[in-house]
Amino acid sequence: MKRSLAYFELKQEIEEFLCHEADLLDGRKFRDWLDLLADDLVYFMPIRRNVKFGEHEELENTRQGEGISWFDEDKWTVTKRVEQILTGVHYAEEPLSRVTHMISNVRLLDVKPSVEDPHEVTVGCRFLVYQSRVEYENYTFIGRRTDILRRHGEAWLIARRELILEQNVLLAKNLSILF
Amino acid sequence: MTSLPIDQLIDPRRGLISREIFVSPEFHQQELERVFSRAWLFVGHESQIPKPGDYFVSRMGDESVILCRDADGKVHVFLNSCRHRGMKVCRYEQGNTSLFVCPYHSWSYTTDGKLQGVPMYRALYDGTLDRSQWSLIETPKLEIYKSTVWASWDKDAPDLMTYLGDAVDHLDQVLDCRDGRPGGSEVIGMHKWIFPSNWKFAAENFLGDTYHNPSHRSVDMIGIGPSAQRGQRRDNEYAKGQHVWVGFPQGHGMHSVHMPKQFDYQPGYAQYPEVEEYFRQAFYERQRRLGDKARLLPFTGNLFPNTSWHGRQPRALCVWHPHSTTETEAWRFFLVDADAPAAVKDVLRRFYMRYSGPAGMTEQDDMENWLYATQASKGTIARRYPLNYQMSMGAYKVDDPIPGMVSTQITDQTPRNYYRVYARYMKGDAWDSLLGRDLQPIQRAAE
Repeated sequence: MKRSLAYFELKQEIEEFLCHEADLLDGRKFRDWLDLLADDLVYFMPIRRNVKFGEHEELENTRQGEGISWFDEDKWTVTKRVEQILTGVHYAEEPLSRVTHMISNVRLLDVKPSVEDPHEVTVGCRFLVYQSRVEYENYTFIGRRTDILRRHGEAWLIARRELILEQNVLLAKNLSILF
Repeated sequence: MTSLPIDQLIDPRRGLISREIFVSPEFHQQELERVFSRAWLFVGHESQIPKPGDYFVSRMGDESVILCRDADGKVHVFLNSCRHRGMKVCRYEQGNTSLFVCPYHSWSYTTDGKLQGVPMYRALYDGTLDRSQWSLIETPKLEIYKSTVWASWDKDAPDLMTYLGDAVDHLDQVLDCRDGRPGGSEVIGMHKWIFPSNWKFAAENFLGDTYHNPSHRSVDMIGIGPSAQRGQRRDNEYAKGQHVWVGFPQGHGMHSVHMPKQFDYQPGYAQYPEVEEYFRQAFYERQRRLGDKARLLPFTGNLFPNTSWHGRQPRALCVWHPHSTTETEAWRFFLVDADAPAAVKDVLRRFYMRYSGPAGMTEQDDMENWLYATQASKGTIARRYPLNYQMSMGAYKVDDPIPGMVSTQITDQTPRNYYRVYARYMKGDAWDSLLGRDLQPIQRAAE
């Protein structure tokens, strides 16, 4: 992609959107966060496996649409996760955890149809999500993320989120927070 | 740890269990030596190793083992440790190979465990090293039951069917096809995760702790089941059944349902008509095939010591591997009928993911409970006070209406029975005692 003014304007807009999204999650505005998700959302976090050199492409990650992943779900299910937290009796998140989402290495990987007229943007980043729970529990989730954002009037909707968590055996008792 | 003998820490007669067995570091090593080195443990599923040379790295207790199908198709379980300097010979999770080559000094082993390659053998070892004596360490006992692979490190362990006893009727409901054909399951995926609590809290949960239902209120309020618009976290398939909580002399326990003589299909899967139709047909086929035996249907269970299940919604085997007294590595093997249509498997796997494990909306609350039950029992003062297992004392019948110690109300009888057997392992009892052969029905009734 050519580093035109339109490109940098778009990149800035996307970064601001991602930061805004993180603010909603970390500020526990879960209902508002749901409004950022497209109705045909794909929310996917594969399970990573220890495989031989040369087999990573084929075998390292579980695949969307097959078998068991940490998350392989749609907006209905993600909405259920929010509804569950909002019951106030989802004990794995009651009392609520303290969470910070950090985003870095933001890159525009693809823009359709053009940076001048962006309708759909594929954006890559790194995430570091820190969770502090009750008194002493804390977990750090680090990985790579690829989002597909879709233009929705003046705003953006998240149409697809793929989270590549850099862990094999999950080193956390739960994935009870939203990524 | 206190020096109290195990019988004072575990008192099923009074329904008192000391917190020491959940928090005291000394129990970890004793359990590994006395429970996990003797009991039959679930290692894996044949669908994970279909072809010669296929392997799946599993665990037994706190040790890595390799489940492997050798070049001739025979299944083995080996300790994943080189005989030379102990290095793990396999650090992949699953795959196919003709040799396990140790990365350290390149000793190599064939898929039947035999030491084959020793670098510079003639120059350095000739006349000293008898390769036939240095195979990978193999479990002396291995059995396969309906595609599930089980192993024991005790050469004197009874055969698997004796070990399971009548509990096998309940295990069958997990492993058999939904239409009643024997076996036929496959593993469609796994979870592996670590949680900071004692492994026995997890095992106990599946022994039939239906009493903890209130902790899952949030998922019942929002509805995540296959008929979610009606609320609840799963379908009520057993509406007219008699719930039973059953303990067995070998320590196993489960929560199943005994349906009335004439019972009909309860529609579920309301969101997925195609899947509903599949389960409807499977229901009638199962009744036709099994007759009166079709009346037994599964909820949860735990085979002594650490293999648990969910029988239908969801359907999985779980293994609780102790890392320490206060840390557990959980593995879950999700099951479907291998020959189910793709659309059915897809609905099931999506339900399993939102229900089970660390990302599962139901079981997250379990992990929270187990963690803080462990943490809050660690204290000096806390340890002075035993946990209460007095629910439904004596309220069960023997072999009525099905084999085992059967309660028709929610009960601590299955954990009382489990810890009674656990105490026998911890004392190093002989197998006759571990199998509860001394317990005649009348004595069992007196607990």
